[in-house]
Amino acid sequence: MSLVVENLTIDHGAIRAISNVSFTVAQGELAAIIGANGAGKTTLLRTLSGLKESKSGSATWNGKSILGKRAEDLARSGIMHVSDGKSVIAELTVKENLALAGLWRKDKKDVAKATDEVVELFPILGQRMSQAGGSLSGGERQMLAIGRALVARPKLLLLDEPSLGLAPLIIEQIFQTIKSLINKMDLTVLLVEQNAMGALKIADEGIVLNLGSVVAVDSAQNLLNDPAVRAAYLGY
Amino acid sequence: MSEFITAVLTSLSSGAIYALMSIALVLVWRSTRVINFAQAGQAVLTTYIGYDVIQKTGSYWIALAVAVISGAVIGAIIDRFFMRPIFKRVNSGPIVMIAPVAATLGLLGIVQALIGFKWGLTNQSIEAPVSTNGIEVLGSVIAFSKFNILVLIFVSVAMLLLTLLFQRTNIGLALRASAYSPEIAKLSGIKVDTVRTLGWAIAGASGGLAGMLYIPGYFLYPNAMDLLLVFGFIAAVIGGLESLFGAVAGAMVLAFAINFTTTYVSPKLFFPTAFIVLVLVLLVRPAGLFAAKKSRRA
Repeated sequence: MSLVVENLTIDHGAIRAISNVSFTVAQGELAAIIGANGAGKTTLLRTLSGLKESKSGSATWNGKSILGKRAEDLARSGIMHVSDGKSVIAELTVKENLALAGLWRKDKKDVAKATDEVVELFPILGQRMSQAGGSLSGGERQMLAIGRALVARPKLLLLDEPSLGLAPLIIEQIFQTIKSLINKMDLTVLLVEQNAMGALKIADEGIVLNLGSVVAVDSAQNLLNDPAVRAAYLGY
Repeated sequence: MSEFITAVLTSLSSGAIYALMSIALVLVWRSTRVINFAQAGQAVLTTYIGYDVIQKTGSYWIALAVAVISGAVIGAIIDRFFMRPIFKRVNSGPIVMIAPVAATLGLLGIVQALIGFKWGLTNQSIEAPVSTNGIEVLGSVIAFSKFNILVLIFVSVAMLLLTLLFQRTNIGLALRASAYSPEIAKLSGIKVDTVRTLGWAIAGASGGLAGMLYIPGYFLYPNAMDLLLVFGFIAAVIGGLESLFGAVAGAMVLAFAINFTTTYVSPKLFFPTAFIVLVLVLLVRPAGLFAAKKSRRA
């Protein structure tokens, strides 16, 4: 099972947001897409999760095309997208937010088990179960958003800027948790980040996006050592 | 004293019916961000269907059940085959705000015209299943009947069932999630379009019930629900448009304001009171008297 994106082009109204982008994420890998604001990272992720239409090109997961499918069908097939802005429904409780991703699952026993595992992973959520999602801190919301995705037992996790607006210590914790999920939950992760340093440190592969085009694809380690990438995205 | 009791009881009874219409509007507003003005047409249509059932069977109760069920079916059909295509085609520019509401207004006109063709424009009446004569309290007859009591019971049970549905069931959770954040709901695997159609169906059923409880005190004609639509809309706005509790509370505030001013000041103030309450609420608390508190923004 791998995610294969080939010559993908996406328009944002009259503007070309993503141009001819190709990359592959192998199963069990954590790939990080890094790039500045406006590079097209979020647009790319929204297209892969069915929220946005593409112009041309292809994207397959496990050999099957994922373009043009409904977001809810992709979610049910194991592709979970945690959108940016700590995607939590403020009006629902933590428990209800977690339950959303298990509502349609037939194996209710496993939903309960997955929920327990999420609480084990993020114990703070266990203490906040009956609180409204909107009352959580930024870090807790991010944990809840990731936790909700995990309740669905995903195979491919698309994470959009999980570090946005969080304190450095929390970012470190979230990143380490994401890294640990790969083996623990048999996951493949595509992580989109502006925090290039943090993302590349935990990633296997790095994809550098600039103004809608891929400018570099390499192992995360090589990118961390690449002087051009360091100057442009890592700030040293 | 009996004047006061009458005012309280009639406020409760009329408020209960405003609440049903208000709930119908809020349910659709929450899930689609559209004020469904066609709801007046839908409710009058289901009441005509109920009227036909009474003509054939002689039973108000069968008619009530048929009206509620057909309300749900008509609501679902309107969403699936009318609103959904409109939302698909209109997806950018200022027309996004206008087109769906304009569509419901157009639909209202079409439905009312079709009713006119099918049933004519003359007034019909539906006989209430129990007495509509005032009951005796403390030795004097007040303007509150057994039918008004029935209305209160029906609306209370409907509220209870809706609350249980929304708060205690998985379908209710899906309905709430789809209303609050369609995108997160979709990304969680919820079929938001189907859930939305269900919301329209529940709203339609609520309108169907409102029609069958409202008309026995009045006459049935194609525009018979227009006033109820206006009052239901005002109640929904007073209540903050977002919650079922707000819809009911807004309806009660409106009904009490109308009944007390018409009882103690002047019957001529029936309409002005409704609009004065609306304008005052919009000036003082534009988000509605019962709008939820803003959540923490991290």
